[in-house]
Amino acid sequence: MINSVPIDYYLWLSSILFGIGVVGVLYRRNGIIIFMCIELMLNAVNLLLVAFSAYLDDPAGQVFVFFIMAVAAAEVAVGLAILVVMYRGIRTIDINVLNRLKW
Amino acid sequence: MTLNFFYFLSFLAILAAVMVVVSRNPVHSVLYLIITFFCIAGHYVLLNAQFLAVVHIIVYAGAIMVLFLYVIMLLNLNKESEPHKSTLLKIMATVCGGLLMIVVIGSLKGTEQMVEAHTATGDISLVKNLGKVMFSDFLIPFEVTSVLLLAAMVGAVMLGKSEHNNS
Repeated sequence: MINSVPIDYYLWLSSILFGIGVVGVLYRRNGIIIFMCIELMLNAVNLLLVAFSAYLDDPAGQVFVFFIMAVAAAEVAVGLAILVVMYRGIRTIDINVLNRLKW
Repeated sequence: MTLNFFYFLSFLAILAAVMVVVSRNPVHSVLYLIITFFCIAGHYVLLNAQFLAVVHIIVYAGAIMVLFLYVIMLLNLNKESEPHKSTLLKIMATVCGGLLMIVVIGSLKGTEQMVEAHTATGDISLVKNLGKVMFSDFLIPFEVTSVLLLAAMVGAVMLGKSEHNNS
């Protein structure tokens, strides 16, 4: 059952999801959506790690996915707190306004 | 059968990911991102990693997305106020993303032969085996992760605290 999908297909899927995340970061200006696109990229990497660990019978890859999930949770918590502080100061989360790093 | 499931989940995941980027309303983006996360959890089930699928749904759909929705609600951002970027920027962003995708695929392209040499048994992702690996080989990273989470929690609380209380 497990090897009925070639590993190439997972490679393509992860790369496409990662590319969509990169396009989102480059193209959107809303800070929250940029965070969502970063989550999308982290998930593409997670998917490829799980695929390779399942195909190569190596549990270390899946343990790494746990750590990536923990890091993603920490990153989102701190990042959203920074966004809230920023919104309190300048009443917007448009990142084009943030070119001075002070307000 | 598995291949059909794979095609269905992949199509849905990519479609929802594109909708995350192009939808104007941040709340819609969050909801599409939840669809993407459920599709990725479906992929984990297809890859015989059931425990990771459950953890993924709990952590992402249950915790992180609720955090996003709360922040959007607190900041009252559910209106479509973002101005259009120029067409040139859109084209450039798409070209950059596509080029990066090609680079990633090209750099990982030789791995099929490595994978074909192995015959996967499929029982590594049970909770028993994962727990054994995590608490023997990866014990120190696991403990460091707890410190990281504590630091993130302290940081979020410090940043989120209103500044009027300090003075």
